[in-house]
Amino acid sequence: MSEEIILSVQGISKTFGGLKALADVGFDITRGEVYGIIGPNGSGKTTLINCITGFIKPNSGRVLFKEKDITGWQPHKIAHIGISRTFQIMRPYYSLPAYKNLIVPLWSPRAKTTGGWRGGGKHGDRDTVAVDILEEIGFERDSRVPYKLASTLPTGYQKRLELARCMAMRPEIIFCDEVFSGLSMSEIAGMLPLIEKMKSEGITLIMIEHRLRELFRVADRVMALNFGEKIAEGESSVVIENKKVKEAYLGSEEV
Amino acid sequence: METMRKERIDRGVRVRASGLYAISSWREMLYLMGPPLALIIGVILLPVILELAPYWKRVINIMCVYALLALSFDFLANYVGLVCLGGAFFVGVGGYLSAIFNVYLHFPVYLSIPLATICGAFICTFLLMPCLPLRGVYFAIVTLMYPLLATRVIEALDILGGTNGITGLDSLPNEYVEHYAIILMTLFFLYAMRRFVNQDVGLVIRGVKDNDQAVKASGISVTKMKAFAVCIAAFMGCFGGAYMSHMYMWSGLSMFALDFSIIPMASVVIGGGGTLLGAIIGSFILVPLSEVLRNFGTFRIVIYCALLTGFIVFKSEGIMVYAMRKYHQFERWVKV
Repeated sequence: MSEEIILSVQGISKTFGGLKALADVGFDITRGEVYGIIGPNGSGKTTLINCITGFIKPNSGRVLFKEKDITGWQPHKIAHIGISRTFQIMRPYYSLPAYKNLIVPLWSPRAKTTGGWRGGGKHGDRDTVAVDILEEIGFERDSRVPYKLASTLPTGYQKRLELARCMAMRPEIIFCDEVFSGLSMSEIAGMLPLIEKMKSEGITLIMIEHRLRELFRVADRVMALNFGEKIAEGESSVVIENKKVKEAYLGSEEV
Repeated sequence: METMRKERIDRGVRVRASGLYAISSWREMLYLMGPPLALIIGVILLPVILELAPYWKRVINIMCVYALLALSFDFLANYVGLVCLGGAFFVGVGGYLSAIFNVYLHFPVYLSIPLATICGAFICTFLLMPCLPLRGVYFAIVTLMYPLLATRVIEALDILGGTNGITGLDSLPNEYVEHYAIILMTLFFLYAMRRFVNQDVGLVIRGVKDNDQAVKASGISVTKMKAFAVCIAAFMGCFGGAYMSHMYMWSGLSMFALDFSIIPMASVVIGGGGTLLGAIIGSFILVPLSEVLRNFGTFRIVIYCALLTGFIVFKSEGIMVYAMRKYHQFERWVKV
């Protein structure tokens, strides 16, 4: 397996007023791995993703994608070069049916170049591709689910829809912001093979997660954040035994 | 005690008229085609019918100009998420440009109106570009400022005829050209917009309203999409302005009057937001109404306000949404 470093994050810092949200966080990710980011609430996980994907500008530090500096780029440009993300708070395009939600990414300039939308120019084509992608992601094609209004879908399907929106871009990296949260055990069981499948397709996945048990089943490496600082990194079994990580989650013994 | 609940059910004819079965009988076809045909034929015949009441013929044109503005307001507010009170700005820019092309550069009418429309759309978009990242009420405030700003600039610098405006524009060839130019354009824009919002590009623009973050994450520049949408809206407004300046053969400061921003908004409230057709129906009611109320002098504002308040409080969904529901569905009381 090639050890190409696809994303390199170096010394990201971000403060909101006086609050230090991120302090000198850095990590490297090789192509095709599943990388988990864990940490208690408010430890800066989502801020980190926002900094990398351009929704927030970091105060300092650099983000290198395939050795190209993309720090401070506009979000749509970062998405265009192949870094996709889901949102923790799902907000699909409520007024549209589920499959029409995918028209937006399929219409984007990236989809035209990556073949997510194979073109042809006919109006119906994107619709067909959209249903294909939804089927890949676990919407039953012959049921009515892909044609229901996005607002009426159950949470599990809305989460899948978020992933489908990313997949439609044919990205190289997907940041998953808590895709398991709010799902039942059976819904998670349905999502895990999906993650495995994306991994086997060579997509690099970076997952923020609170559901540690499920995360550790798929993640190759894990990083732990606490109060905006990186406190541990490595194999999941090692990280979870780390004293600092235990303290972050459970509190320290001496009070 | 029995409790009752109101239930809404689709009419049988609506179900039968969906899909290919629509052509199964005349009744189904009439159900589908009747209302749009009635509207189109009704509006087209309006100038002929109003031969009986010549005073009202002039009102048709104004009505259609307001309808275009309402259409552009409805599109921006309910499909793009920008509450744009810049209707007066669009009209003013279109009107003045048309006057410049016609009076100063001596272009004929059939060139000056299209040119003013296209150039106006681009100028308006360009000038509104800095406010595009704003959302909701902030965008509304800034767009409301633009027409006020434009009048002050023209007044202060005494350019473009100053407070007198530019006079001596060519009129449209004859009365019927005058009526049908605006009527056909209104119908054209109505059906073009209805198609547009369901095209793939239209869906992307609607996506900006629902969730602009996801649109950004999909690799599409939100600012570009908003600019595109504003350009379309400005196109309609500028056409209205250019047409009106030729109708009055004059273009002046009242082209930037606040009426052009406010009445379209009121029309959309009355007609039903997000239906596009409702915007047109709204202005077809409000504009003649304000003509009728002219007899009451300044008191008309009071009646106007009472009416609007009544609509917002009691039928906030708007005429069009209400009518569509009554047309497609029936209600009945059922036991819970």
